[in-house]
Amino acid sequence: MKKPYEKPVITKVETGLMNKFGNAPYYARKVRTAIDGVSIDALVQQFGSPLFVLSERQLRENYRKLYRAFAARYPNVQFGWSYKTNYLQAVCAVLHQEGAFAEVVSLMEYEKARRLGIPGEKIIFNGPYKPVEILEQAAAEGALINIDHFDEIADLEAVAKKLGKQIRVGIRVNMDTGIYPQWSRFGFNLETGQVMDAVKRIQAGGHLVLTGLHCHIGTFIMEPDAYAQETAKLVQLKYSIEEHFGYQIEFLDIGGGLPSRNRLKGTYLPPEILLPSVEEYAEKITQALYDHLKPGDFPTLVLENGRAIVDEAGYLITTVVASKRLPDGRKAYIADAGVNLLFTAFWYKFTVEMDRDLPGVNESCVIYGPLCMNIDVLDEGTSLPPLERGTRLIFSPVGAYNQTQWMQFIEYRPSVVMVMEDGTVEVIREQEDLSDIERRERLPEKLQLNSIAAE
Amino acid sequence: MDSLRQLAINEEGFVFNPATGESWTVNSTGLYILKLLKEGKDEDTIARQMAAEFDVDLETAQRDVVDFVEKLRSYRLL
Repeated sequence: MKKPYEKPVITKVETGLMNKFGNAPYYARKVRTAIDGVSIDALVQQFGSPLFVLSERQLRENYRKLYRAFAARYPNVQFGWSYKTNYLQAVCAVLHQEGAFAEVVSLMEYEKARRLGIPGEKIIFNGPYKPVEILEQAAAEGALINIDHFDEIADLEAVAKKLGKQIRVGIRVNMDTGIYPQWSRFGFNLETGQVMDAVKRIQAGGHLVLTGLHCHIGTFIMEPDAYAQETAKLVQLKYSIEEHFGYQIEFLDIGGGLPSRNRLKGTYLPPEILLPSVEEYAEKITQALYDHLKPGDFPTLVLENGRAIVDEAGYLITTVVASKRLPDGRKAYIADAGVNLLFTAFWYKFTVEMDRDLPGVNESCVIYGPLCMNIDVLDEGTSLPPLERGTRLIFSPVGAYNQTQWMQFIEYRPSVVMVMEDGTVEVIREQEDLSDIERRERLPEKLQLNSIAAE
Repeated sequence: MDSLRQLAINEEGFVFNPATGESWTVNSTGLYILKLLKEGKDEDTIARQMAAEFDVDLETAQRDVVDFVEKLRSYRLL
């Protein structure tokens, strides 16, 4: 009978050092064997590694929780699903089933929403560049177009003349809400009076009808009071516009930017302690509405959340394909997925779980991806027991922005599956192969290598 | 190898370097390798002996011994 084996580990005993933040526990383990009841092993056996896994249950739960937080406090709430956060059809379809409009920011996203069957009047069209041909289509189909700049006012007026009708529009506003950085590149500035100049310009043209105000104060906003200030200022602006220009402002779109339960790099406290609850955001925002709205006036409150809904519904299963020892003594692992798939690794420190419990004391380690690039680091400093080759590491939350900002760089993008509420697993995006990469390429006849060989 | 020879190693896996005052802890297999290295055995011999005594295949044992030695080197013990 052989003795049980544990990978050899030596750890230096450090005493007398500053210990403000404590050490990673030597035997702490995060083990995940399944996602929504479907085993990691079965998922990889069937769909390969790496593998993105989305949970339909979590997606719907997050949406409902957020929607309830607002709808329970204010009678007129509409969510727009931020397509850029994750525009896989299955994800959008789930959220449209839940009642979300499509919030799109480009020609491509507008076309995606329309192809999915979303009517124009349920599309909120934002973004700093809306080509005239798509503006014309959006205007004809009754989309809610939020104007970003003066040139777009001119473009829309030309569209209105061509269509022979007035177009109902919103304008995008940027403002000081007491947070840094103050986003100022989108829309018209409030404090300098630029917003009122835009409204004057719209009224002078006579082809557009202002019906809404839009503002997006930033991303991963951890201060609910910033939203309260935004909301209060938008309500005051609404009444000022109504009084001076006679427009009826029907919707106040306060944008998105609510954080997900992810951990920003550089933060010590875990997100469950650091981040306010969704109820705190909802309370601040709706209180600001009630404090400033006239009695009986309930304009539609529009929110365009993305990461707060989808981030926690996403997991990436990776496989440890190799390990090495760095010159400073730290262990390094190479996983089969890197920043090509996890773009958000540049600013988040993900939760890393193993698919099995492994013996041995934790070691300080780095997790690299497969790219031949120095920046391909998934975690520059974590604590794991010695990993066997072939161990699966599960990264989360990764549902937001990765499937829209991922890079096709030297690797094929993997399958994306969704674990459905009934426990079945659906492929919602197939793994790529060479035909996906080269489909749009054309090799000129004189560069055909077989013709060179024949010479 | 000199710094390895002068290490004080006890059976519980506590390792002390009297020359520098540094100390380490090793697990059971780490202790096993350390002792054999102190006896002057080479890495391949240690891996084969370990594969014979422990529930581990030779390839994994070889890989792990090399990795452990690299770690010792990072602590300047080799």
